[in-house]
Amino acid sequence: MAERVASDTPGDRVDGAGLDPAESVARGSGSPPRVEVRGVKKRYGATQALAGVDLTVAAGEVHALLGQNGAGKSTLMKVLSGAVRPDAGEMKLDGAAYAPADPQAARGAGVAMIYQELSLAPHLTVAENVLLGAEPRRGLLLDRRAMHDRAARALDELHHPHIRPDAVAGTLPLAAQQIVEIARAVAVGCRVLVLDEPTSSLAQTDAEALFALMSRLRAQGHAIIYITHFIEEAQRVADRFTVLRDGGTVGGGAMAGATVREIVDLMVGRRVEQLYPHGARTPGEPLLEVTHLQGAPKPARASLTLHRGEVLGIAGLVGAGRTELLRALAGLDPVVSGAIKLGVHAGPASPAARWAQGMALCSENRKEEGLALGLSIADNLTLSKLPAVVRPSRRRPLTERWLRQLDVRCQGPDQPVGELSGGNQQKVAIARLLHHGVDVLLLDEPTRGIDVASKAQIYDLIDGLVTREHPAKAVIMVSSYLPELLGVCDRIAVMSRGRLGPARPAAAWTEAALVREAATGSDGEGAAA
Amino acid sequence: MSADAAQPHPTGAPGLARRLFASPALRKNLGAAAGLLGVFILFSILLAATRGLTFADPDNLETILRQTTIVAVAALGATIVIVSGGIDLSVGAIIALCTVVIAAALRAGAPPALAALAGLAAGLAAGALNGLLVTRLRVVPFIVTLGTMLLVRGVAKGLAHEQKIDAPKSWLNELLARLAPGHGWMLFPPGVWLLFVLAVAVGGLLLYTRLGRHIFAVGSNEQAARLCGIAVSRVKLAVYLLGGFFAGVAGLMQFSRLTEGDPTGASGLELNVIAAVVIGGGSLSGGEGSVTGAIIGALIMQTLQSGCSQMGWPNWVQEIVTGAIIIVAVALDRFRHRRAA
Repeated sequence: MAERVASDTPGDRVDGAGLDPAESVARGSGSPPRVEVRGVKKRYGATQALAGVDLTVAAGEVHALLGQNGAGKSTLMKVLSGAVRPDAGEMKLDGAAYAPADPQAARGAGVAMIYQELSLAPHLTVAENVLLGAEPRRGLLLDRRAMHDRAARALDELHHPHIRPDAVAGTLPLAAQQIVEIARAVAVGCRVLVLDEPTSSLAQTDAEALFALMSRLRAQGHAIIYITHFIEEAQRVADRFTVLRDGGTVGGGAMAGATVREIVDLMVGRRVEQLYPHGARTPGEPLLEVTHLQGAPKPARASLTLHRGEVLGIAGLVGAGRTELLRALAGLDPVVSGAIKLGVHAGPASPAARWAQGMALCSENRKEEGLALGLSIADNLTLSKLPAVVRPSRRRPLTERWLRQLDVRCQGPDQPVGELSGGNQQKVAIARLLHHGVDVLLLDEPTRGIDVASKAQIYDLIDGLVTREHPAKAVIMVSSYLPELLGVCDRIAVMSRGRLGPARPAAAWTEAALVREAATGSDGEGAAA
Repeated sequence: MSADAAQPHPTGAPGLARRLFASPALRKNLGAAAGLLGVFILFSILLAATRGLTFADPDNLETILRQTTIVAVAALGATIVIVSGGIDLSVGAIIALCTVVIAAALRAGAPPALAALAGLAAGLAAGALNGLLVTRLRVVPFIVTLGTMLLVRGVAKGLAHEQKIDAPKSWLNELLARLAPGHGWMLFPPGVWLLFVLAVAVGGLLLYTRLGRHIFAVGSNEQAARLCGIAVSRVKLAVYLLGGFFAGVAGLMQFSRLTEGDPTGASGLELNVIAAVVIGGGSLSGGEGSVTGAIIGALIMQTLQSGCSQMGWPNWVQEIVTGAIIIVAVALDRFRHRRAA
């Protein structure tokens, strides 16, 4: 198969005006593309995760898949790797129909996924991991020598002979584990490798080694789909790119010649501005002052000031350290150094002390951390502030008042909270902070995975907290949905690789500026580890 | 589950009957109670048909209650532990240790009340050990209590010099004895009354106190509990202390029945205790379980045993039946859960 690089097809630059990268690749070459995805759709409940995606990748090509959080990249990869079945659309592999029933079938067909969370068996050796499920045997017994040799050969081919086949996988550094995982895919004959954010947890030198490996794999004729948030990285490594937005393909083409600006514009698109309630805000005295807060390892020397009566937004990519910042503030994660001054209280504190001082976190992860799903609404709502003797006759009207105020649709305070919809669960989680009466609310992705109506109610609720309450509250809101940040917040700061940039008035930001700063960092620094 | 857009706003006070029926805890216990009734009716029919015996005879009922008490009391503690998401395998060993301590104290001339207190203190100490190991070493409770099961058993054997300790008779032995003539007004022996009182206390603790709700929260979602500022370690310590205390009370009952300190007694009893809690709707993954359920669970097992032996069935049949019942009961509970989810 002819090796294809971007320069072979100079005419297929796409800028979102409806040109189809798939067609241009198909035109430019006699043989069918290695991977061809057309019109793939997938719906989860009320969310249309994929609304007709097209993607074409040739053999011997590194293809960057770009898009904001929630654009549909992960879902597309799950579809490709057989973890999720699409509702509609077709996929082809080297021109043959491809519809894997499960990840094993996908691997059998030659498509391997290298996930962000590595999927090695940490207790087994490198050789055992590389040949897991494809162990060479002699009669009934494992052929250990053949296993060792084949694993060694696979690692050698990847130019990583220093990884010993008999080392225990879990003891290797993360970067080496990633190589082992790639070796596993290559050893069983995979022709398509999908790498999901492979550099997000790597140091710079390890990332360089990975890029070199990707070039070698490309030279061997593999097709590599490379998912990333980091546009500069994509520009260095990829031959071509595709941008997803709101579950659809919005553009793509040859990487050579495409500017960061053009790509960001594609990622952001021209959105219809939604209406966000924004009452008259009059920020008062500072409630929370954070100086050089250092977590382990994130956040990296973060500083911020939060005033009474304002909403401070924090933008950034998933994994940038935004959640870690909130958790450190709430006393849930250890603070290595730096100062947190909350009203009259200074220094680190336990979660219980933070509640008592008037600052608490509403977790982004309702199911794992935010709520005890098996317990009742009343239990969840009052958990942080229970009297020594719990009297249902008193608690019930109290709970009902919050349920009415926040318009929670439920059967009553005794219903298990796990039976509610996401939006109603989220309202209960926020109601807990209100019931406790905290002054500073740390809201981590407060509208993730909930319906539009509930979102609007939560926006209104947040606005009310800083405008209609007396005295007004203060809110820090972390969100990956930029229009919401721009609409709800007074000031916004961007976090990138653990570092928190300066907070600027929301009016001074645009979506494009937020995306750019999130993907590059305000000072262009590398990993904060 | 869908969020029922059709549902009206939370209604202020629905009818009591509807509220009772809507309470999942009650529905769960109804299932276990129906199971108990089923087992009871089954043996009543079998015994009446084959041997002409009345299973529902008051004397027989009292016997079953008396025999259930030891497991049921220990199950009160185990319910607390299991609701918190933990497990305590050292219950049998703690019971044995308590009987030894009480017998040794009595033989040394201590007044019965003091001897009983010494037994309870031994239970509390063992519970404190479990709690400290679980919270300080961060080893999973299964392993910690597997270790203390052997450890406590060893201490009991050492204290007793690997022999049974005979103790002089005292009023302690009447706790679980058949009521003497003339004491019929008591209906049940004092030990059974003690079980009732403790059951109400533990039920109240779990449902109506801050500690109780914190125990449920830790068992249901430890991370969420931490997020809410609950001192998870302190809650767990309290849980294992209570577990040890109720094992101690069960030890007192055991001593009352045997009139001796037996360092090898109550072996494997922890499994009956856990089975009782689980049959009564407790979930080993935490966050679920009730005192009523656990007592019903203990009664189901004792009724089975009693019925089987009155039928003249050999021991091995009893064991097969009991084992099958445990599996069926829990499978039914899971099935109900899946349907509800």
